[in-house]
Amino acid sequence: MNSIAALLAITCLFLLGSSRLLVSIRMVAFQGVLLGIMPLLAAGPHHLGVAAVVLSLTNIGLKSILLPWLLRTALFSSGTRREIEPFVGFGTSIMSGVFLLAVSGYIVKRLETTAQISSSITLIAGFFMVFAGLFLLITRRKALTQTLGFLVLENGVFTTGLSLGSEFSVYVELGILLDVFVGIFLMGIMLFHIDKEFDHLDVDRFNELSDLTVDLSESEEVSE
Amino acid sequence: MTIAYALIILPVITGIVSLFINSERVRSNLLLIVAFTHLFMSIMLCKGEAGELNGVWLGLDSLNSMFLIITCLLFTGSAIYSMVYLDKHPHFNGPAIAGLRMPANSNAIFAAGMQFFLAAMSLSILSMHFGLQWIGIEATTLASTPLIYYHRNKRSLEAAWKYMILCSVGIALALMGVFFLAMATSSHVQQFTSAGLVLFAGYLKVEWLKVAFIFFLVGYGTKMGLAPMHNWLPDAHSEAPSPVSAVLSGALLNCAFLGILRIYQVCAAVPAAASFASEMLIIFGLLSLAISGIFILRQPDYKRMLAYSSVEHMGILALGVGLGGSAIAAAMLHAAGHSLVKASLFLLSGNILAVYVSKKVEDIKGLLKTMPITGVLWLTGFLAITGTPPFTTFNSEFAILRVAMQSRSWTVAVLYLLFLLLVFIGMLTSFMHMTLGKKGETEVDGSAGESIWQVFTPVVFLSAALLLGVYLPDFMRATINGAALLLGGKAL
Repeated sequence: MNSIAALLAITCLFLLGSSRLLVSIRMVAFQGVLLGIMPLLAAGPHHLGVAAVVLSLTNIGLKSILLPWLLRTALFSSGTRREIEPFVGFGTSIMSGVFLLAVSGYIVKRLETTAQISSSITLIAGFFMVFAGLFLLITRRKALTQTLGFLVLENGVFTTGLSLGSEFSVYVELGILLDVFVGIFLMGIMLFHIDKEFDHLDVDRFNELSDLTVDLSESEEVSE
Repeated sequence: MTIAYALIILPVITGIVSLFINSERVRSNLLLIVAFTHLFMSIMLCKGEAGELNGVWLGLDSLNSMFLIITCLLFTGSAIYSMVYLDKHPHFNGPAIAGLRMPANSNAIFAAGMQFFLAAMSLSILSMHFGLQWIGIEATTLASTPLIYYHRNKRSLEAAWKYMILCSVGIALALMGVFFLAMATSSHVQQFTSAGLVLFAGYLKVEWLKVAFIFFLVGYGTKMGLAPMHNWLPDAHSEAPSPVSAVLSGALLNCAFLGILRIYQVCAAVPAAASFASEMLIIFGLLSLAISGIFILRQPDYKRMLAYSSVEHMGILALGVGLGGSAIAAAMLHAAGHSLVKASLFLLSGNILAVYVSKKVEDIKGLLKTMPITGVLWLTGFLAITGTPPFTTFNSEFAILRVAMQSRSWTVAVLYLLFLLLVFIGMLTSFMHMTLGKKGETEVDGSAGESIWQVFTPVVFLSAALLLGVYLPDFMRATINGAALLLGGKAL
């Protein structure tokens, strides 16, 4: 369990530092595999039910095979390969990542005084993934990286739930998984449309809709 | 109980069916039939088992029965409206992209999306289990994104992307809240529902409950359009086709609000968490009122103006619940009133848009002369949405103000009045400019926006808002008061 949690945290740090989108997609796919294995390990070999196995296999199938395939297709059709000039540089991103990891550790340490937490390392990884996902969502320009950021965030929420030991019935778990899958799938389809309509995947150049008037939008560009 | 499941499953099945129907006429008739069947079944459900149905998964109490009826009514109204609306807009041939085949006709996606949307909203309203409710609310986002992207242009794509990303992230945080709420419960709890948790309120861990509430409020608050998480709302509501905007604004925001109310119901049963939750709601409510007031002043786009007005009214709802007492019942009444009026206004804005082909306030002059029926209704809607007597929105807004005065929270009362005044002034300028004055220089043929289907729903909804202001039927009063009691408030 703990080593998987550590691996999850390392993939996040990799994601924060990588500029090649294809590598990022592979990293997120790898996270999907880790997430699929984790509930099986958490249950232990003696308590393995059919439901748990089905759930992990679905998890792996959706998050590490189907979605990465879709995102790769979107990537190749757009001709984009790299995340260029993010709002926060890659080096700084990794440093912030380490800082966020420390923050997650601090939060979990504080939480431990109020509640029994079964595996605090996993919880730290969960929080860190949520933070890293949000960080990617905020600081990256490409719509594709934002989608990846959302997936990391969602994985983080999943890990948090797992480490808090909050077990819902398998129907609810499957429903949550299905929602997340359809969500990313729709984002993937929208990536094709964004590429076609705008000829780029840069979300920060989305400026059709704004409440600001023309002269204000100029000053906005300067501030960027 | 079977009816409750049917309410969710029926629109899914017919939605899938309508993806494969080729005839335009059959498809829109199916949409209408589903809407009416759904409305009828919901009324049967509420009449038959009101307040008694408490399952582990789905259930019905006075809190969600009102939201269910509002949602069905609004959906039916929009379905009637979209019969004609869809004909007026050119059809699109959806592109087949990179092996992902899209149905060729985007009206098929519209009809199917509307029905999936209805199913998702029914699920989120009827679900009692917190996990299931999360699934329902996230499903509403998924079903409505293709509807926002209906026009297939840059603007609608940008709006849909913003909507999808912001709401999904928000709702993901709400899922964290669900996990934290599970941490707050003890082993006594049999059912992970609000009623099940209230039963063992004494055993809940207060700190975790508070954390869970914050995550619920921020998460579902994003979906509900509370400031400062409201950024997606003006874009999505103004770019979506008008019947969709009506449902988004009138019904969907309520679904997210219900998500917050469910955890508030738990907090209200725990004295140590109740005051904290109320304060948070008041802060977010006032902030939403302030932001909407600022952006409605000098808003050049009338659909965006309506969208900001939704932010304002969501703020009023949050404020009402936060103030507690009979303000909670008033907030419930306000939710109903706002839904009816806002849906009418969005549908009317569709009529105006169909004739003038512009969303700019300055392009539209002399509505009363060019489109007499729409013009009169537009003015009526303005009076209703700004809370002018004798509309029901006045009664509820006034009741909330009265509670604020009685509880001696003077700052809240003064700010509330100030922001309402700001909104009133902002909307007054725009509505006056649009309705009064001479016809513009260019000749406009108003008949394109005045067919019976296009004005039927607004007439019915606005009359209902007027009637409710004068006379509140007993069954509705009972439902509203029942909902207020569930949330620890007093009867109106």
